[in-house]
Amino acid sequence: MVYIDPHIHMVSRTTDDYETLARMGCVAVSEPAFWAGYDRGSALGFRDYFEQLTAFEPQRAAQYHIQHYTWLCINAKEAENVALSREVIAMIPEFLDRPGVLGIGEIGLNKNTRNEATVFLEHLDLAARTGQQVLIHTPHLQDKYQGTRMILDMLTGDRRLKRHRVLVDHVEEHTIRAVLEAGFWAGMTLYPVSKCTPERAVDMVEMYGPERLLVNSAGDWGPSKPTAVPDFIMEMRHRGHDERLIRRMVYENPLEFFRQSRQFVFTPPEAFETTRV
Amino acid sequence: MPADRTQQQVLLREYLPIRAKILEIAAALDRMDRAGQPLAEGAQEVDQTRAQLQQALAVLQQAEPSRAERVQQIFSLPYDAHWQEAFGMTCQC
Repeated sequence: MVYIDPHIHMVSRTTDDYETLARMGCVAVSEPAFWAGYDRGSALGFRDYFEQLTAFEPQRAAQYHIQHYTWLCINAKEAENVALSREVIAMIPEFLDRPGVLGIGEIGLNKNTRNEATVFLEHLDLAARTGQQVLIHTPHLQDKYQGTRMILDMLTGDRRLKRHRVLVDHVEEHTIRAVLEAGFWAGMTLYPVSKCTPERAVDMVEMYGPERLLVNSAGDWGPSKPTAVPDFIMEMRHRGHDERLIRRMVYENPLEFFRQSRQFVFTPPEAFETTRV
Repeated sequence: MPADRTQQQVLLREYLPIRAKILEIAAALDRMDRAGQPLAEGAQEVDQTRAQLQQALAVLQQAEPSRAERVQQIFSLPYDAHWQEAFGMTCQC
């Protein structure tokens, strides 16, 4: 089955991973800008990073017949530095018209601080003014519920935002209902230990249905599994779910969400049902 | 929308993974006991964390549904609806 991973950080993965993803049926990836594991020293560091995301990474992905899309922002962790954040936000518009740039992301909260919230709102303002979609990171572990509620407060407080164009990612059992009921898209991240498992993600599909729901691996430089979406596919099959439902979750839903971006140009795979070897 | 499975089918598939996970938790609790007494500095935090774990384990024994969601809430910081005022930010609502 072909699939799309709507949230994965390929800059931190080797080409071995691209080859594996391609062999497992991945035809496209969406890569939000994120924290590299250390705090960048200047806005110039972000300029180089955005260049890598918008120019180099799509070429690397194309070598494995994977279409690559990206989102731009300063991440929630580095958003604690408001002055740096404002320099980066001012630079983002230079890149918004590049092919494959889908919008602003992954913005969000990390430790739910005032500075993070301030920078989050300034990103939302940029997205609203430029008509961009938004991809949002919700915090980890003990901070997730509090941070998600704060994020929803800020999102619902801005009437310029179209809720069906916003993805609130890394939802879990205690945050998914509020996100979906508010009219946003929800992403489930399959991440060892600190986020969700394939089994729990399938539970949430069964409880809430497939409407406005995505699943992703968020593969990055830390403990993560870039092939987690195929794990989800297998769990759905183990439970006897229909292939049409599975295809909706891992292929049609990402397309439905991304098609709302003017820079989303996608070439469907020639043989949709062909299993890649 | 659940797939058509009976409780027996679910139990048959989930029994060994559940057994393994319970054993992991049991072994980890034993490991903590074997580690000896906590240092005076940080002892309160250890007690609070262990109490939180015990609270979460108690949820597993309850018959009510949505155990996963209730466990998540036990491990979550509370939400304050007046956070924007506390931050001195304009309420957009």
